[in-house]
Amino acid sequence: MIVADRKPVEEIIEYLKDHQNILVLGCNECVTVCEAGGKKEVQVLASALRMNAQKNGNEVKIDELTLERQCDHEYLEEIRDIIDQYDAVVSLACGVGIQFTAEQYPNSMIYPGVNTCFMGATEKRGLWVERCQGCGQCVLATTGSVCPVSRCAKRLFNGPCGGSTSGKCEINPEVECAWQLIVDRLKALNKLDEYEKLSPIKDWSTDRAGGPRKVVREDVQQ
Amino acid sequence: MSMKTPSKLEKILSEGHLAVTSECGPPRGANPEHIIKKAELIKNHVDAVNITDNQTSMTRLCSLAACIRLKLMGLEPVLQMVTRDRNRIALQSDILGAASFDIYNVLCLSGDHNSFGDCAQGQNVHDIDSMQLAQMVRHMRDEGKFISGDDLDGRPQMFVGAAANPFADPFEIRVPRLAKKVAAGVEFIQTQCIYNLEKFEEWMKGVRDRGLHEKCYILAGLTPMKSVGMAKYMQKRVPGMDVPDEIITRLQGVEKGKQAEEGIKICVESIQRLKECEGVAGFHVMAIEWEEKVPEIVEAAGLYPRPNGN
Repeated sequence: MIVADRKPVEEIIEYLKDHQNILVLGCNECVTVCEAGGKKEVQVLASALRMNAQKNGNEVKIDELTLERQCDHEYLEEIRDIIDQYDAVVSLACGVGIQFTAEQYPNSMIYPGVNTCFMGATEKRGLWVERCQGCGQCVLATTGSVCPVSRCAKRLFNGPCGGSTSGKCEINPEVECAWQLIVDRLKALNKLDEYEKLSPIKDWSTDRAGGPRKVVREDVQQ
Repeated sequence: MSMKTPSKLEKILSEGHLAVTSECGPPRGANPEHIIKKAELIKNHVDAVNITDNQTSMTRLCSLAACIRLKLMGLEPVLQMVTRDRNRIALQSDILGAASFDIYNVLCLSGDHNSFGDCAQGQNVHDIDSMQLAQMVRHMRDEGKFISGDDLDGRPQMFVGAAANPFADPFEIRVPRLAKKVAAGVEFIQTQCIYNLEKFEEWMKGVRDRGLHEKCYILAGLTPMKSVGMAKYMQKRVPGMDVPDEIITRLQGVEKGKQAEEGIKICVESIQRLKECEGVAGFHVMAIEWEEKVPEIVEAAGLYPRPNGN
């Protein structure tokens, strides 16, 4: 899933200082799972904004709504009839949802309410970890299903570097060395010989380096 | 191993001499005096001088410009290149620029992570890794082509090196990792600073068992300790460094004013011992911000005078 983190409420208050009619718009997908932008977080943020308005003696209307998805035109239609009541929307969806909402409603001011962080998973409640950077050319088949792009701080394809100590990365003893994990996995799979195969220079044109990306599937297009 | 480049370092190694290299860190500013002075201090006692490339990710005068300075002074520079800050366009371009000034040695590294330095908020690049950089330089030199496949007008005549850390984890892949570097085209290795001699010798045995010492020259890395504080710092804070407690105990055993002298002594004794280690082709003496001690170490270790190399 896409993992996001809540923005500091002070930052959101600053965005909204000139607005009186505000919709806090959550998303029921990834950001709900990572507890950054679901119904619950919409309530919390809306309450904080109301308290701030009250404290400053401002008359501000703050409504709450959570859509099934903001990265889907169909669900975004649900706010077509009400969006003009607001002079600002704070979207708690990921960066994709925020932009999709803005694209559907070009006359509305849509502010981000979260920082979109990475593609990852829930290690345990309150701890989300990165596992993929969407490089567009998956190499997990040769790395024991451990991703060197997202998990090695230097994204080495022929690691580990000299900074690997006791299974930890040189940048932080709390970060696991991806190449230690790769070596451990290869060993467990009885494939340590594969470690010695040189990984060729990567084609990053399918990564961010190639510009904005899209996946086109003409066979399923209508 | 036959000579493939005009490198003086390669020549000395191929003639079977124990080579001696050292390194200088460029200054944090545009004033070149510092690097010239460091080079003057060591030039008669070493065969080649590495110029570090923004080591520990602290922004400095660039390695290439400092290498050119040394070359103009008649020294033999080793251009250190990290893959942290430059993509394949910039790396190939800098290799050609260095080659145009007859810089004949390159050391291919991934570099310390940028979070350690003065630009922790900057992007890192890591377009290719250190092995792929070695492969790329060899491709440019041996095939006369860019990695795109386009022809080069003039090949970079570079002797290709890399680092090896026998002490990093996981230990079991440390020899296979060297084999991989050799397969990538690495011709000489400068190791991480050696304090744990037993572990280094164990690694060298693994290296010999696979005949890797006959495929690339291995220069043992040594850094003299200036004080107990430095030894403790290296032991606890520097990733991938193996400083046994005995080193610290030994330094603690002498009065404070004599710790530096003891550090030099340990360094010289290590060289003496490693001279006997089959497969060690030379020494890389890294006296960090203590370059003036290099001549003393080289002389005390019986590595002076240096062969002519021309």
